[in-house]
Order: sequence, then C-alpha cells, then structure tokens
Amino acid sequence: MWKLTVSSACIGSGVCAGTAPAHFAIGPDGRSRPLASPVEPDDIVLGAAVNCPMEAIAVTDADTGTPIDPPP
Amino acid sequence: MTQQDSATAVEFPIPPAPTLYHPAPQLAQLRAHQPVAKVTLDDGTTGYLVTRYADVRQVLIDPRFSRAAANAMGPGGAQTGVSMLAEDSMISLDPPEHTRLRRLVAGAFTARRVEQLRPKVRALVDELLAEVTARPHPVDLVEHFSLPLPVRVICELLGVPPQDQHIFHAWSDTVMSDASRDPDEIRSTIVKLGEYFGKLIADKRATPADDLMTALIAARDEGDRLTEKELLNLCFGLLIAGHETTANQINMFLLTLMSFPEEYQRLAASPELVPQAVEELMRFVQLGDSSSNGLPRITTEAVELSGVTIPAGSVVLTSALAANRDESVFSDPDRLDLSREVAQHLSFGAGAHHCLGAQLARMELQEALSGLLRHLPGLQIAVPDSQLRFKSGMILRSLETLPVTWQHEA
Ligand code: HEM
Ligand code: SF4
Repeated sequence: MWKLTVSSACIGSGVCAGTAPAHFAIGPDGRSRPLASPVEPDDIVLGAAVNCPMEAIAVTDADTGTPIDPPP
Repeated sequence: MTQQDSATAVEFPIPPAPTLYHPAPQLAQLRAHQPVAKVTLDDGTTGYLVTRYADVRQVLIDPRFSRAAANAMGPGGAQTGVSMLAEDSMISLDPPEHTRLRRLVAGAFTARRVEQLRPKVRALVDELLAEVTARPHPVDLVEHFSLPLPVRVICELLGVPPQDQHIFHAWSDTVMSDASRDPDEIRSTIVKLGEYFGKLIADKRATPADDLMTALIAARDEGDRLTEKELLNLCFGLLIAGHETTANQINMFLLTLMSFPEEYQRLAASPELVPQAVEELMRFVQLGDSSSNGLPRITTEAVELSGVTIPAGSVVLTSALAANRDESVFSDPDRLDLSREVAQHLSFGAGAHHCLGAQLARMELQEALSGLLRHLPGLQIAVPDSQLRFKSGMILRSLETLPVTWQHEA
C-alpha cells in the first residue's frame, strides 16, 4: 500500500485533482489533500505527483516508509 | 441563477471592452445574473459560458469537463492556429493519456528547477536592459526586451540555437492569430515549424546536449514513452506556448501600471513587493479581450453548476477574466492593489492542464519587472493609449511596438 501526503508547498493548482480525481481533491482552503491513505498502488498517483509543479506530493511505501516519489 | 435566467439571450461573443484595463461590463452582469449562460456559438450550436470563480475552477479541474471530447468534436466553429496546433498535443488529451506526455516534461518546469534558472534570467534581463539604456529615446520595448526575453529563455531551455531564434517571430505570430487568418497559411507555417524541429531533432540525436530536447529524444529512443510526432509537437508546442503570452504579459503589466500611477510609484518605492505585485497583475490585466475564452471543454455527463443543469455533450467555455474579478473571492475586485493577499487567480488555468510554464512565467515576470524598475526609473510610455497599435487578428492583445522613455540617472 502507498501512503500519500500533500505538503504546505501546495499552491492549489489542481493538477493532481484533475489528474487523479479518485485520489486528490481541493479542500475548502484551496489546497489539495489525499482523499484516502494508504491506497493501492496506481500509476496515476505517480503521474499526479510527478506533475505537481511544487513537488508537494509525497508517495511512500506505507509499511516500510521507503520513498516512491520523489524517488530516494 | 435559475434555469429561466440562463435562457435569456446573451450577445455572444461578448462585445469588446471599452477600456484596456477592465473586462467588458457584460461579464459582470453575467456573473451576477446568468453565471452559466447559454450562448450560441459560431457554428450555431449551443454552448455554456461560465463566469464565476468557483464554477470556472470546477470546470477546469473536474474530469467530467473533457478537453479530449472538445477536441474530437472541434466545437466553437472557426479554426485558429492554436486550435490546429492543439489538435495533436497535451492540451487536447484527458488523463491518463495527458498525464503520460506531461510527466515527461513536468520535471523541467517545477518551482525548484525554475528557481535554479533565476540567476541566468536575471543576467539576461540586465544584459537586454543595458542595451536598451544605450539607445536614444524612445526605445521600443517589444523589440528590445519583452519579446527577446521569453524567446531566449525557452530556446535556451529546449536547446534551440540562438542564431535561429529570430525566425520564430513571424511563425509564432501566424500560429497565434485568430480565425481571420487564412487557415492554409497557418497550416503551412505549422508544417515549416515541424520541418525545422525535425531537423533539429536529427542534429541532437547525432550530437546530444544538456537540454530538454535531448532529454525528450532519450525518452523517445530509450524509453519509447512517446511517438516521433508527439516529440515534435512537444518541442514546438513549448516554444509557441511560452513566448507570445509572456511577452505580452510584460507589455500589459507596464500599460496597466502606467494607468494606475500611485500603484506604480508604490512598487518603485518598495521593489520587495514584486512577487505579490506579479500575482495581482496576473489577476488584473486583460491579456485577452473579453470576447476570448479559454479552450472549450465538453461535458461527458450532465453536470449542475450554480443551479443550471448542463446536459451531457455540451460545449462549456470559461471566462478567466470574469472569474478573476469575482467579488465573492477578491474584495473590491476592480481595484489594482499590488499588496493584495491574493487567492489563486485563474490566469494560468487550473486542473490537469494548469499552465505547465506557470512557475517559469512567474519567475520571468518577476525578474522582468524588477529589472525594469532598476534600469528604467521614471518609466513612461511615449505614446497615448489611443496610439498603441495592437497586431490585428490575434487571440491575445499583442502590441506591435511599445515606445518608452525614462529618466537618465545623473
Ligand atoms: C504569462 C504567461 C502565460 C500565461 C498567461 C499562460 C496561460 C496558460 C493557460 C491559461 C493555460 C491553460 C489552458 C487551458 O486549460 O485551456 C496554459 C497551458 C499551458 N501553458 Fe501556459 N501560459 C503562460 C506561459 C507559458 C510558458 C512560459 C510556457 C512554457 C513552457 C507555457 C506552456 C504551457 C503548456 C505546455 C500548456 C498546456 C498544459 C497542459 O495541457 O497540460 N505557458 N497556459
Ligand atoms: S498539483 Fe501540487 S500544487 Fe497543485 S494542487 Fe496538487 S499538490 Fe497542490
């Protein structure tokens, strides 16, 4: 399983929510948050993380804590 | 706000605004009374024009509003260079196909990577403005500053040789023109751009360099992550997307600052306001005319917005100009306030297609504005607004020339 976090660097571009709407949504504060975590591994989550202009999304292995994106 | 309201006939396209500095008043009317307005498009079909901040943001982010479907249907009637170029590029794809292409280039445009380019861009700004100050007054800033800056930045990033950069100006003008331009001329220009980049790609395959084009070629050749056509489109798409927009944003920033002299004075006295000022100017300036809207979306199912049910398969247009003046989000929205703590403006769009070059454009605009304050104190535009000449038939306000004077330092 993957653990998803969004850091305070988020500027609310909506890239992640538009790319992976099952995994991210923009909250009332205008910033993104994961809809659930941990989640089943899914390539679209990595697409959202890579496409985040602020590199605000971290995907890690929920059991080991090993970084998946950004890569270690 | 009700179905009935949205049925009232709306003049469309929205007539041109009476000033360069504010949207047409019709947009505020729509925002208040028909936030999701039924309009008749060029080809006679019905579309929906969305003007409220929250609704525009939703249309841009929510995957039920599809760019790919809009591209497949070719809605909105007349073709422009941008719509033709868009046909084969990421702006016309939905996730996950869109995601595959965008992630190949996203790394080069993150805030962190862009920050690493800042010293180079600042040096380029200093170099261009030193040349400007060596010229007799008035100096045309379009030719000597606002156009060469973004062209040189994106060419450097891609790895386009400096000696070739001048040939893009005419090509880019043609591609950025509106529906009044001969479609065959636009098509032949796109073919020329393709041939140019095809040759450059061949050169870089033979002699790799430390640039984005070489990295994309490797993604194609080693990773097989994009087709040859996609590679070509990405390269010239990036070149076109980034240059006329940023150049004219610099011009519109200056025109807007000159028409709000107290705000300009405040900025000149406190240059540390520049980053905030850039965001407020991005929100405020009218880069396009009120009649222009972002690229269309099509609903993949029925969606309700501000109480209006938009049926499945409808063309939806968004007005960022209207959304950026929404009083429910920006207090006193028609006032330029360079120290405003802004909510995210919508001038770079939102969602999966949020401008790839947003961080780069921001940084360039910050450096351009700081540089102009540093090098050209007491800047003035040498002609009245009525004598400003905009290129005709462009999808954004594109100045032919911007003659300026300034105070020489003692
Ligand atoms: C002030 C300057 C700029 C403005 C106002 C601007 C505005 C925009 C807007 C509004 C969109 C979204 C269009 C839509 O969703 O329909 C967009 C997309 C895009 N912009 Fe910019 N842009 C600017 C500069 C740049 C620069 C410097 C680049 C250079 C690389 C660039 C590359 C792109 C690309 C590739 C897209 C498509 C992204 C996608 O489909 O995922 N832009 N831009
Ligand atoms: S892509 Fe990044 S910056 Fe944009 S909303 Fe998502 S987390 Fe925030």
